[in-house]
Amino acid sequence: MNDLPRIQHITASGLVAIVGLWVTYISFTQEPAAAFLFPRIIATVFSILAIWTFGKAVLGKTKVGNGLKGKVVVNLLPGLFVSLVYVFWAAQAMGFYTASTLVFFILLSLYDPAPHNQITTWIKRVSVSIGFLAVMYGLFALLLSVYTPKEIFF
Amino acid sequence: MYFGDVFSPFNFLLLLIGTIGGLILGATPGLSPTMAVALLIPFTFKLEPAQGLILLGAAYTSTVAGGAVSAILLKIPGAPANIATTLDGHTMAKKGQGAKALQLSFLASAVGGIFGVLLLIFLTPVLAQWALAFGPSELFWLAILGVTVIGSLDSSSVVKGLLSGCIGLWLATIGFDDIMGAQRFIFHPNVAGGINVIPALIGLFAIPQIISMFAQGRRKLAAEVLEVEKHSVKKAFFEVFRWRRALTVGTLTGSIIGLIPGVGGQIAGLVAYDQTKKLSPDRHKFGTGHPEGVIAAESANNAMVGPSLVPLLTLSIPGSPTAAVLLGGLLIHGIFPGSDLFDNHPDVAWTFINSMLIGQILMCVFGLYIAGIAARVAQVPNSVMAAVVLGLSVFGSYSVQNSMGDVYVMMTIGTAMYFLERFGFSAAPLVLGLILGPIAEANFIQGSMIANATSSIGAYFFTGSLNLLLISTVVASIGYSVWMEIRSHRYVTKDDVIAKEESAL
Repeated sequence: MNDLPRIQHITASGLVAIVGLWVTYISFTQEPAAAFLFPRIIATVFSILAIWTFGKAVLGKTKVGNGLKGKVVVNLLPGLFVSLVYVFWAAQAMGFYTASTLVFFILLSLYDPAPHNQITTWIKRVSVSIGFLAVMYGLFALLLSVYTPKEIFF
Repeated sequence: MYFGDVFSPFNFLLLLIGTIGGLILGATPGLSPTMAVALLIPFTFKLEPAQGLILLGAAYTSTVAGGAVSAILLKIPGAPANIATTLDGHTMAKKGQGAKALQLSFLASAVGGIFGVLLLIFLTPVLAQWALAFGPSELFWLAILGVTVIGSLDSSSVVKGLLSGCIGLWLATIGFDDIMGAQRFIFHPNVAGGINVIPALIGLFAIPQIISMFAQGRRKLAAEVLEVEKHSVKKAFFEVFRWRRALTVGTLTGSIIGLIPGVGGQIAGLVAYDQTKKLSPDRHKFGTGHPEGVIAAESANNAMVGPSLVPLLTLSIPGSPTAAVLLGGLLIHGIFPGSDLFDNHPDVAWTFINSMLIGQILMCVFGLYIAGIAARVAQVPNSVMAAVVLGLSVFGSYSVQNSMGDVYVMMTIGTAMYFLERFGFSAAPLVLGLILGPIAEANFIQGSMIANATSSIGAYFFTGSLNLLLISTVVASIGYSVWMEIRSHRYVTKDDVIAKEESAL
């Protein structure tokens, strides 16, 4: 067992247990019953295993899972935030290609280990982002003919 | 049979693209074979089924082998299957024998891979016919077996593995019930039509990897690429066969492990390495740059590829996460594996299988020449890799049905999976549950109807030699995993890999 606070494991397994219990409740209360026959079996096993896991977490007997360290959370949060904004808003609102190129550039700037105070670094980042746009457009618009939302830009 | 189809210009071009692309992707740390194949699926929509499978099969084969490049030159396994290769491969490279280690690795991969595909060729048609004897109850248990075996063997914890499988089975029930048309668990309009397998696969395998790359922050690759000196391929060819023991143990171990659903290339490589070391009179040289270590590990992880497809092609039960992704690629073209595949689409089945045989040879030839380039690509910073994979995941998921709903599902499931993995849950059983759920349910309902008309549900599902054999295997796999867990005999788990990565932060 790692040295992480038990609370993380309790929270994670607790959430899974809540989903399990919700699935079980829906399975046994919704109609028509015949349509929920198979889900009932799954839900029962799901709930038992989820409660077992939750119980182990509460007792501090969880043996696997590294949890989330502060440094890891700090590192991943900006990237995850940008990705979620991209998927749930920007891609559709701005247009797939514009949003993808912008997000590519932002992620590159956030996580590229090259120093930020050099002009060559920024030229490189802009060039790579334009290259990415060209490749994605070539692959999806020209080769696969995928129609994507265009909205503000393209 | 259909051997010539592999050499039609377009098919051969796809095979080349899949092989070379797979070698480069495989050499890139963080891009696992499963994720590479999942990201490639949207590119197969416009292709004929056989052509799509050629591309996916070639990518699968060569990503496993390509992982050896970064394992040897960077000491970073390109995929979990190459963990054992780093033990002697990188030490050889440090001693100035990088080219020799790469040549031995690709040659051993080709020998193991060809043997594995031959096993696939000879076993598959026989088993596909045998599968005709399976009725609804047996198919139900087989689907459950697929989930439980992977759930118990692929995860760090048996309970969490099985729980992941249950989550997958539940996700598969979301949407409209096939028989009554009833709405089930539709908690958001985007899941009204159920969860599409392809975006879910992309999310489950790509998004956690992207977030893991974010988690490493602005970090330079610590490893330095070791220079590759010249070494005669002819000499390497004879040397591979000089170490016959390692080659035989690796090939046989990989093939047998490949046939067992849920036990991946990572285990195959480590077990083969371990067994060869035990049998070798030079066992004290293992870990110091001994060629036998590289040959055993690489022949095993590629020998596993062909047999791992046997359960998929014969019984529609994917034996590994990558096979599950391949099943997704088949289903999208309206083709169901099993006897239907061999009886009604023999051209697809055999062109695919034959292409894997030819792919092994191409992989060996190109691997020897592009290893240097692949190692340079492996140094692409995490920032670029994460942004590229994110873009591909979004475009790939959208292109399945031109639906933003699929993109939302992909991102939601993927993000949830990242956090679940941090707490010991595993993506592989969840994927198997998602894919096998509809098969299990359809056969359960069909079996229940037969049981109601003839006997009782208990008698129908719990009697008969095949049913009992399958139930025993389910119980045995869980029991074995519990025993291994109690005795702490599990090989390297994902937790260990994550812990190692984060210790460098």
